[in-house]
Amino acid sequence: MTELISKYLPLKRSKKRNRRKRALTFSVLGVILLLILVGSGFLIDTQGLVVNFDEANSAPSWSHPFGTDWLGRDMFVRTVKGLSLSFWVGLLAAFISGVIALILSLLLLVNKTLDSLVTGLIDLFLGVPHIVALILISFMLGGGLYGVIIAVALTHWPRLARLLRAEIMQIKNSEYISVSRHMGKSWFWIAQHHILPHLMPQLFIGFILMFPHAILHEASITFLGFGLSSEQPAIGIILSEAMGYLSSGMWWLAVFPGLMLLVMVAVFDSLGRNLRKVFDPFKGQKH
Amino acid sequence: MLKVNNISFGYNSEHGVFKDISLSLKPGEILGLYGKSGIGKTTFAKIIAGYLKPDTGSVVVDGETYPFKRRNPVQLIGQHPENTINPRWQMNQVLGESGVFSDEFLRELGISNEWMHRFPSQLSGGELQRFCLARALVPETKYLIADEMTTMLDAITKAQIWETVLQLIKQRQLGMLVISHEFPLLKRTCHRILDFEDLLGKN
Amino acid sequence: MEKLKKIPFSETKEMKSLLEVKDFSLSFPQYKKGFRESYIEVIKDFELTIHPGEIVAVVGSSGSGKSLLADSLLGILPENAEIKGKIYFEGVALTAKRQQQIRGKEISLIPQSVMALDPLMKTGQQVQSSIQNKKEKKRIQKEAFQKLGLPKDTHKKYPFELSGGMARRVLIATAMVSEAKLIIADEPTPGLDEQALEETLTHIKQLSENDRGMMFITHDIHAALKIADRIAVFYGGETVEIANNEDFLGKGENLRHPYTKALWRALPENDFKALKGNQPEAGEVFPGCVFEPRCPIATDFCKKNKPKSAMVNNGIVRCFYAES
Repeated sequence: MTELISKYLPLKRSKKRNRRKRALTFSVLGVILLLILVGSGFLIDTQGLVVNFDEANSAPSWSHPFGTDWLGRDMFVRTVKGLSLSFWVGLLAAFISGVIALILSLLLLVNKTLDSLVTGLIDLFLGVPHIVALILISFMLGGGLYGVIIAVALTHWPRLARLLRAEIMQIKNSEYISVSRHMGKSWFWIAQHHILPHLMPQLFIGFILMFPHAILHEASITFLGFGLSSEQPAIGIILSEAMGYLSSGMWWLAVFPGLMLLVMVAVFDSLGRNLRKVFDPFKGQKH
Repeated sequence: MLKVNNISFGYNSEHGVFKDISLSLKPGEILGLYGKSGIGKTTFAKIIAGYLKPDTGSVVVDGETYPFKRRNPVQLIGQHPENTINPRWQMNQVLGESGVFSDEFLRELGISNEWMHRFPSQLSGGELQRFCLARALVPETKYLIADEMTTMLDAITKAQIWETVLQLIKQRQLGMLVISHEFPLLKRTCHRILDFEDLLGKN
Repeated sequence: MEKLKKIPFSETKEMKSLLEVKDFSLSFPQYKKGFRESYIEVIKDFELTIHPGEIVAVVGSSGSGKSLLADSLLGILPENAEIKGKIYFEGVALTAKRQQQIRGKEISLIPQSVMALDPLMKTGQQVQSSIQNKKEKKRIQKEAFQKLGLPKDTHKKYPFELSGGMARRVLIATAMVSEAKLIIADEPTPGLDEQALEETLTHIKQLSENDRGMMFITHDIHAALKIADRIAVFYGGETVEIANNEDFLGKGENLRHPYTKALWRALPENDFKALKGNQPEAGEVFPGCVFEPRCPIATDFCKKNKPKSAMVNNGIVRCFYAES
């Protein structure tokens, strides 16, 4: 607040820095970081993945920053490959989840019966413990890459669907929709022009924030043995294999991959939060 | 001819119940409906414009009844234009939803070209009301229901809007129902004035 | 209290003013084309004095910035607002800190919407919470309700159980029981019919008893004229005229500013004649008079020079051609 109303104050820049600008800077940084990660997953020299017993079980050094495992594979290369795989699994799962959430929430516009069915389904999914549903679905589908993606996709939509549904409900009852109806517009037209653009930022941010969840869940069911098969370079596999060697003092097998997973998740989370600030077009203009 | 035949409506006693109200509005006629606030005038307006269904009775618009599959020939202009416009749309989009308007028509309504790329939150109530009028006044529109259309506006803006509307109504021979609690305004604008309480009291 | 500047004796008026606003302006940063910030000035060189026992109406169209005036006086502007100018309350500078201390106590607000009442609290309790005399609060609240003609059991009711008119009276009661010396009413009569308007205004007028001053912000000149002693006409963020109630007569010959005249003549009771053009945009900058683009009597001089406010016929006006 302004200190002294009684003094002539020259117009000065408000003390709070331009918030949108800062949020955008952070978002761009986040995106760059993720791009480096995913890109290096493609570009990195797979030479390090070759079994090499000469260098087995070596602690972190300059030539192997994350150390090597009991087969002499470079842990840094494995971690980057694993994260890159996790990223794609997360991306696909979060995308499918977002699409499911959007379609189911839009059923609200079609009729009441369908909508109450959707609401029931949402409650059902939210009622079952997340990890149990994940394991069940993945197990049912026989695990593997395919099973994990489907399982993660099928269990992450309810929260977003509930949010979108509430949003649609609110717009549907607004006066400008009635006006549009009396201009002779169909519900399809209204969904396309009034509702979807309104939902887009919500949907996009929901999608970004679903990402870290999806990645963590992928890692956890893989860790528990219901997910990706052991020849895949996934973080969950790395961590579960590391379990057996931790007691023998090979701390680097778990610490670095775990830390990197955490960093990636944190980057996504902050990206989602910052994007929300950038996308909210009404914060800046209101006075 | 817009005919309201014996309509009744009442969802709870607080919002005003009415019974067996009838009236008719001819093309080219400007009919005033006078009444205090809180006696159901807005509900009545919404029924005539097809936003609400009456419990009994019917609204017949040039021989047809609601709901229409096409654009409604009866258009409603309310007291709060800000609620009837998508807050995330620029004004040219708002107009575009309704149709294509000539520059001359927009000028007549006092809509400045500069407002086209604004969001509704950047315009005043009077400015928004002009947009609501513009998009309501497409060729298909035959009747206009103005429910306290200028109540929230200052005297000059009010006079400006009425000047244009009255001229357009005359030009196009539209039927108009003006609902207001301002008697001097009704006297200035309408051919014939009904007292809503008289309509209520008939039974 | 910290260093509050007293105004030098030479600056005080003959009659002690309750509120004095001088050269007040208010601006907001705005995001233009993405991320560049620029400032728009929504209130410019505002000035107004309110004496004890006086009702001053501030009349302006929607979008003229008049509601922000109430927020400025109460110190509840959004964080990003920038203000300059002087505000004196009872002769002492009104600082942000002092605003916080006296808000609701010495300066009280009657809001526009009855939604401002707490829906989960009985009305009696709500009104009592703004009484400073804790011992007598029940009696004071009862008296106020009686004075406003509210039924005996109103204090036991929740806001949703009241009609719109009653809820409005409860809002007025809240201001009545406070020991506020200045009451700011922000559009307290939105779209009321003649009878309800009359009723509400009578109650509002009761508030100005006991030497309280009132600022009555409205777009409705008709309502303003019913109770206000003086009318400040607000246009494009400026006060173009401060007229006395009795100046609004006939064809408006006694009014000083062409905008006020146009406003008066535009009433359906009078000529119902509209003035051409639109009000200036917030932040639009004029080298000359704000009203020049729409003024029927403007000259080239008005385009280039800004009129200063001057005393004409016991009123204040900002026009080069105000007749004395």
